[in-house]
Amino acid sequence: MKMSLRNTVLAVMLVGATSVAWADDYVIDTQGAHAFIQFKIAHLGYSWLLGRFNDFEGQFSYDEKNPDASTVKVTINTASLDTNHAERDKHLRSADFFDVSKYPTATFESTGFKENADGTAVLSGNLTLRGVTKAIDIDVKHVGHGEDPWGGYRRGFEGKTKIALKDFGIPYDLGPAASEAELFLSVEGIRK
Amino acid sequence: MGRNRSDSYGWITIALHWLVAVGVLSLFPLGLWMTSLTYYDPWYKDAPFIHKSMGVLLFIALCARLAWRLVSPVPAPLPSVSELERRVAGSVHKLLYALLFAVMLSGYLISTADGRPIEVFNWFELPATVHGLPNQEDYAGYAHLTLAIVLIVLVAAHALAALKHHFLDKDRTLLRMLGRPASGNQSGHESPTFPDQKGVLR
Repeated sequence: MKMSLRNTVLAVMLVGATSVAWADDYVIDTQGAHAFIQFKIAHLGYSWLLGRFNDFEGQFSYDEKNPDASTVKVTINTASLDTNHAERDKHLRSADFFDVSKYPTATFESTGFKENADGTAVLSGNLTLRGVTKAIDIDVKHVGHGEDPWGGYRRGFEGKTKIALKDFGIPYDLGPAASEAELFLSVEGIRK
Repeated sequence: MGRNRSDSYGWITIALHWLVAVGVLSLFPLGLWMTSLTYYDPWYKDAPFIHKSMGVLLFIALCARLAWRLVSPVPAPLPSVSELERRVAGSVHKLLYALLFAVMLSGYLISTADGRPIEVFNWFELPATVHGLPNQEDYAGYAHLTLAIVLIVLVAAHALAALKHHFLDKDRTLLRMLGRPASGNQSGHESPTFPDQKGVLR
């Protein structure tokens, strides 16, 4: 059966309207820097090296009645990485690591969300980094939510995951202790 | 006495010239090599340390060279050198100085981009001045490599020109910079008490 254009438009609008009505949309508060994307990797196996991405943006939707329908999308400016050492950052931006001139952005787009009764959850999604897209799982903890003192409504999560450098085609060998990087994400959204 | 004469270089100019030459010709391959090292290479830390330290010392040598030029002007090109060659040589020499300073400045701006000083052979520290510009280390790094390549091309042209003077023109241009006394009877080296021999050789 063929659908007329008018009916198609109506159907799309209806679906759009209902999803808006069900879930709350949040914009991640990068403006006020209440969101962090940090990475942590072993230095020789003797200590930790910490870094972060300073420039990213994203949003998520979350519905208390149907948490498993939550979605997240984040876009990261890879050149904004910061490990508090300019020469190291320069090296990390080079083709040995993130190759930021070729791959200026990294993205994460969720494909699923499974919330447990204790407030923890597993967020599944596709991480695109250095041109490679891979499905990853992020262990999530719902930190809190509520009205902020300035008339808005906020909700925050933290997430942890691990990625193997070679899974995303990072060619540089940092040694056997540093084949994986841990990611720590702290995300606060302001309800739209 | 180390001063230049109207027809020959004094030893101070000669020493500074070859010091800078050796510096440039070691820093360029050292820079390329050190950036290719793997993380577990024993030279991974030391090679950049030596590169930066030598670079700072080369900067001092270059400043000394320019200052010495003011104190003791360099001799004019040989009378046999054509007007065109003089002009080209003069421009290349100026460009060499300009590029040397530009390469050094850009290198300095990489290492000091986050405000850290440059350690010079555990001897002294060169403090950061301009730092924290957006992506300073990336732009400075790009400039450092690009300008260094241009510099080396110009150095090669400079060296080839010297060889051309020596082997094709068979004049004393290169020998003068090697400090070899003229074979003729009125060389400045053999009569050091005469302050100026201008006109004698021309």
